[in-house]
Amino acid sequence: MTDTTPEDHPLEQLPGDLMMWVLIVSELLVFGAGLAAFLGVRITDPAGFASAQDHLHRAAAGINTLVLVTSGFFAALAVRASEHGRIARARLWLVAASLLGVVFLVIKAFEYLEKARQGIGIDTDTFFTFYYLMTGFHAAHVVAGIFILGLVGIRCTPRTVEVGAAFWHMVDLVWVLLFPAIYLLR
Amino acid sequence: MKYESQKIALAYMGVALGLFLIQVVMGLVIGWIYVSPNFLSELLPFNIGRMLHTNALVVWLITGFFGAAYFLVPEEAEREIHSVKLAYLQLIIMVVGTLGAVITYTFNLFEGNILLGKEGREFLEQPLWVKAGIVVAALMFLYNVTMTVLKGRKTAITNILLLGLWGLALLFLFAFYNPSNLALDKQYWWYVVHLWVEGVWELIMASILAYLMLKLTGVDREVVEKWLYVIVAAALFSGILGTGHHYYWIGTPAYWQWIGSIFSSLEIIPFFAMMAFAFVMVWKGRRDHPNKAALLWSLGCATLAFFGAGVWGFLHTLHGVNYYTHGTQITAAHGHLAFFGAYVSLNLAIMSYAMPIMRGRDPYNQVLNMASFWLMAGGMTFMTFTLTFAGTVQTHMQRVLGDGFMDVQEQLWVFYVMRFGSGVAVVLGAALFIYALAMPRREVIAAGAPAE
Repeated sequence: MTDTTPEDHPLEQLPGDLMMWVLIVSELLVFGAGLAAFLGVRITDPAGFASAQDHLHRAAAGINTLVLVTSGFFAALAVRASEHGRIARARLWLVAASLLGVVFLVIKAFEYLEKARQGIGIDTDTFFTFYYLMTGFHAAHVVAGIFILGLVGIRCTPRTVEVGAAFWHMVDLVWVLLFPAIYLLR
Repeated sequence: MKYESQKIALAYMGVALGLFLIQVVMGLVIGWIYVSPNFLSELLPFNIGRMLHTNALVVWLITGFFGAAYFLVPEEAEREIHSVKLAYLQLIIMVVGTLGAVITYTFNLFEGNILLGKEGREFLEQPLWVKAGIVVAALMFLYNVTMTVLKGRKTAITNILLLGLWGLALLFLFAFYNPSNLALDKQYWWYVVHLWVEGVWELIMASILAYLMLKLTGVDREVVEKWLYVIVAAALFSGILGTGHHYYWIGTPAYWQWIGSIFSSLEIIPFFAMMAFAFVMVWKGRRDHPNKAALLWSLGCATLAFFGAGVWGFLHTLHGVNYYTHGTQITAAHGHLAFFGAYVSLNLAIMSYAMPIMRGRDPYNQVLNMASFWLMAGGMTFMTFTLTFAGTVQTHMQRVLGDGFMDVQEQLWVFYVMRFGSGVAVVLGAALFIYALAMPRREVIAAGAPAE
């Protein structure tokens, strides 16, 4: 330990910023705990959870998965463009990624409206408490992510774009975990 | 001492220590009431004694924080405090308000009076005029310290400290909002109580601890700052929505049970990080600072805060567990070790560091100071264990078997006797600490006796 200079400390070799990784790990802990609790409670009432799940719009959520994964790909392209010094192109990819984020939110809003029309809310049963908490928290992170992508688009450097894209990939990753567990798992 | 105005802290710390003594003596009195319930029942009812115990605690801790800020801000900002007069005026307002509250509580004056009488909410019982005085004092403090920092050098330590102190003052404003709906009342009440001790106070704690580590271990500021930012991020991330663990049974919607359980479970992380930080800094540090007592209190603070606030907090934070343990002696066990570890020890650490410097001496009477640490920490740990066992028995008898509250209390008597004993150790430790700081003799280790 005595010979290491600050530069070759493992924390310094993280892409982006240490604080973003602290945030990402914290987020994954929260969503991971939420998912674990959801699956735990599900064991106590598999039939109830299955019938509640049938009220969900699986096709909409499937489309949303494609939308968000594609958006993540665009964010990755923005990182590559910024690394090659092509700032204008990086901004363009960031805008594309953000727009797909908006599409995700529109489809999500459609899902929520459809639930509301059926008279389903957060207090309907435990399944929907988890459904609204987890997808709601996730949607809030999509909003925050769009804001962050905009911010790094304005102050566009390879480092900031990398930090913003790291957050966006986390939002992506969480959805890819939520989607099968909440919508598909029988 | 580099700056003359740092001496303001001496007055603040003196007042804080006086209130500390009152607080622990009052703790001893109500601890005895648990053993012998009719003790002083006419003169000083239990609820009034408890009010003095908890209110004095909060006031002396905050007074200590203010003192710590007046001590470390000039050094960090590299300039004198903006207005020394204002700082002393602020202290006078705080002392008058505190005395007013104590007299009002003890003699139950002006009962029901909207301005002068005590208010009913737990911990926020202060009469309205005292609350207004607190706000005025806080504004004076914030103005004074913020002006100092704005004109001087800005460091991560002062930035985080100011963020914490501003948060403390702004959140206190919720003490003025008292909806008649009981569920709403409690909901906003926790904005003050929870968001203080599990939110902004943690920022104050982390920044003061960081300052102490910087001074005592000689580790690079850059390293200290990186830790500080990570700790603060973890504290706010978990602590803000962690408020949900108070919303399980007060009439708020059921989804709070999951939000509260998940986020408050993570509240252990910043406390673990603070403990890791303190020990890693000492291991890495090249400096062999002579003030061993301040170092002992700093490490003790980080360790006991991890156990008291972190581990004992997690013990009953999940709503499935809390359903049974809510409002039992488990809560009292957690409360005592958390406050002692996190905030009492922190104040005593910065006092152990600052007092000798302000009085222009080498660190003195360190052996006595360190003995007081072991006496207080030992007593408080013992108290935590007795209350935890009492709470476990109480939870089983009262919540599982369904026995009556008073029947159960009778069975807990032996634990209350042991708790009183540990309380005696804490009070003796507190007195010893004050003596060790206030009554300087020669250094304990003589610099070589002169030849006769």
